[in-house]
Amino acid sequence: MRLTYSAEAVRLAVPALSLTVLLAAVFWLQPRAMSYVGLNLLFNLAVPIALATIAQMLIMAVNDLDLSMGTFVSFVACVAATFLRDTPLLGTLILAGVVGVYAAIGIVIHLRNLPSIVVSLGMSFVWAGLAVLLLPAPGGQPPDWVRALMTAKPPFAPMAIIASIVIALVAHLLVMRSSLGVLIRGVGGNERSVERAGWSVLAARAAAYGLAGVFAVLAGIALVGLTTSADANIALRYTLLSIAGVILGGGEFIGGRVSPIGAVIGALTLTLAGSFLSFLRISPDWQIGAQGAILIIVLALRLLLARIEKREKAR
Amino acid sequence: MTGDTLTAIVEVADAKVSFGAVKALDGVTLAIMPGECVGVVGHNGAGKSTIVSVINGGLTPHQGNISSDGERLARYGIGVARARGVRCVFQELSLCPNLTVIENTRILHRHLGGFGWRKRARKVIERSLDLVFPGHGIESDRSVGELSIAERQMVEIAMAFSDAGVAPRLVILDEPTSSLDAGLAEQMLGYVRRFVDAGGSVIFISHILNEILTTASRIVVMKDGRIVADRRSIDWTEHSLVESMGSVAKGEANRRAVRDLAGAPVVVEQIGPGLPFRAKRGEVVGLAGLAGHGQTRMLMKLHAAETSDWLARREATVAFVAGDRRLNGVFELWSILKNFSIGSLGDLTNRGVVDVAAEMERATDWKRRIDIRTQDLANRILSLSGGNQQKVLFARALSTRAPVVLMDDPMRGVDVGTKQEVYEIIRQQAASGRTFVWYSTEMEEVCLCDRVYVFRDGAIVAELEGDAVTEGNILAVSFRGAAA
Repeated sequence: MRLTYSAEAVRLAVPALSLTVLLAAVFWLQPRAMSYVGLNLLFNLAVPIALATIAQMLIMAVNDLDLSMGTFVSFVACVAATFLRDTPLLGTLILAGVVGVYAAIGIVIHLRNLPSIVVSLGMSFVWAGLAVLLLPAPGGQPPDWVRALMTAKPPFAPMAIIASIVIALVAHLLVMRSSLGVLIRGVGGNERSVERAGWSVLAARAAAYGLAGVFAVLAGIALVGLTTSADANIALRYTLLSIAGVILGGGEFIGGRVSPIGAVIGALTLTLAGSFLSFLRISPDWQIGAQGAILIIVLALRLLLARIEKREKAR
Repeated sequence: MTGDTLTAIVEVADAKVSFGAVKALDGVTLAIMPGECVGVVGHNGAGKSTIVSVINGGLTPHQGNISSDGERLARYGIGVARARGVRCVFQELSLCPNLTVIENTRILHRHLGGFGWRKRARKVIERSLDLVFPGHGIESDRSVGELSIAERQMVEIAMAFSDAGVAPRLVILDEPTSSLDAGLAEQMLGYVRRFVDAGGSVIFISHILNEILTTASRIVVMKDGRIVADRRSIDWTEHSLVESMGSVAKGEANRRAVRDLAGAPVVVEQIGPGLPFRAKRGEVVGLAGLAGHGQTRMLMKLHAAETSDWLARREATVAFVAGDRRLNGVFELWSILKNFSIGSLGDLTNRGVVDVAAEMERATDWKRRIDIRTQDLANRILSLSGGNQQKVLFARALSTRAPVVLMDDPMRGVDVGTKQEVYEIIRQQAASGRTFVWYSTEMEEVCLCDRVYVFRDGAIVAELEGDAVTEGNILAVSFRGAAA
């Protein structure tokens, strides 16, 4: 019994462990990173990635996948750098509207029983097109309050760390503790049993998509706050990064098994992997491949542990 | 009896349900009174699970009506049923494996929400678990996926009896003890009796007749979508139950002549729990018993033992006829011809290229031999009726040179005419030396076999041969404890 208990612990331990190992390696290579400024620089870009990862995680919790995350975050960044600054009311309306669109996508996917991969792949072109219409060339400026928030220097810990912790806690409360979170994960685990208990699976799926839209919007705004200007292609990497972050953090593609804290740790690990490789002076040409190698190693580790556990259980 | 003065919790009148050509319920009338435990028994496909779905609101009967507490309900669904205290423990486990026990309780009880629901849900489920299974030792904050099968079933049963606002009044237990050991099953049955004594009602489905006889106050026997007997349980014995479940001499006309196969060599063998499995050359071996007791697993094992995981053998030794056509039988987008030839492409290939003329010739030959009704073999497979699709799958397996054919209940949803044709083909092929291993849920087909293995709880528990292959004998072995 003690052994089965550790299954959930292992799920969280692997991402936490890989983050610690990477962090130790970075500090060893570059001791100057072990400071307020250094940590902030290391994890700065992790904040929008963490938010996008939580958004992707909500979609994956209902057994779907969102391939439009990257272009959607880019689009939001463009809106934030233009409308949100110049005409805050219109900007807010647009962002609220696109969250509604996300919920609607969830409804359509459920009602028509469509594969989410296909629908979101199609939507990715829509978001990319809209972003290019808004900002054909890189430009724009974030609203001042966003800039101020993202560059704030709180005492004790840098903004990037505090923001990551807050994101993890809010997402944990929402997904793991609230009734709505239970319902969303229940849909991922056993849709029929949720239906038999008299719930509307449609509403649950719409809620999951809507919430994902909210987190993705926050990701876009945070990103603009850091980069100071936007571009229609600014966050294309986020689609794959967010999926990798969820998986790295102990989530699964199907079955409603997700972990918000793990997802944030996964996002941090992915960001750190980039810096680690730079410190190793690996040429950028090889970095993407090396990043992939790190992913494979961590996932292999998890698979191995799951296998050992399964063998013990079967005994 | 006080039944006359009380009104039924749920009453189903003249319910009819059909799935395609199959009549799952053919005019069933059943009233569940407060304070009674109704046992329901019947063989595969008798309609037990269908009547359960109708009562719990998951399935609307195509005809007939449902009333509750004396009022007739026009719109009866899951929501209405739950609001009236109808709960169900399903045959397949129906909790969310990724959620904890507490969270699953939250899903089941819609009105548990609001701040602090975790505490309330924990109280509800732990109280119920303690009542039904004292000393259960299940921690309610573990996720269901980590629990053993027995523990999951315990949680599910306790969940059905739990009370959070709407008290359970009618609990449907569909094979609830299938994964519980004797001690836990006794605890549960004891609780069912107390629950019924306190005025609750239970519908109890089980293949263990002893349990039903000792627990139910009234036993209903179903057969072919109808209720064929309905008596108080003290008027039943195990023997009379088995007898009324069977049909008289049905399929006996189809009986094949007993063949002498004593000298034939054994071609497949599988030693597992229970009796060993052996099939001889030219033999038709039946796998019988209640559905889901290990027959399909046996077929899979036989198949796995004769094939390689990595490279296909040049000379196939087994062919498989799938039962679930949609799931693992037909290639829906392919033509009839391609669906037929996929099994024997090795024979039809010349230096890596499919010999189109030979493929067509062989397909035309088989089309004639087993009479696949189509104008053109190039038509899509889905243009055929279900029975004809099944014939294509048979042709696929029979046209290979494999000496052994495994069949996984292949006649599901096939019309009578086609069945007779296929039986004839099997008879001919067996006479020419092919071995058939045939899992069937239909008694008539099982009675066509030379020898029958009866499965129970994943193991072979009996071997019947020749004249001993009768419906009565098979039923007696399938239902535990009956006149063995």
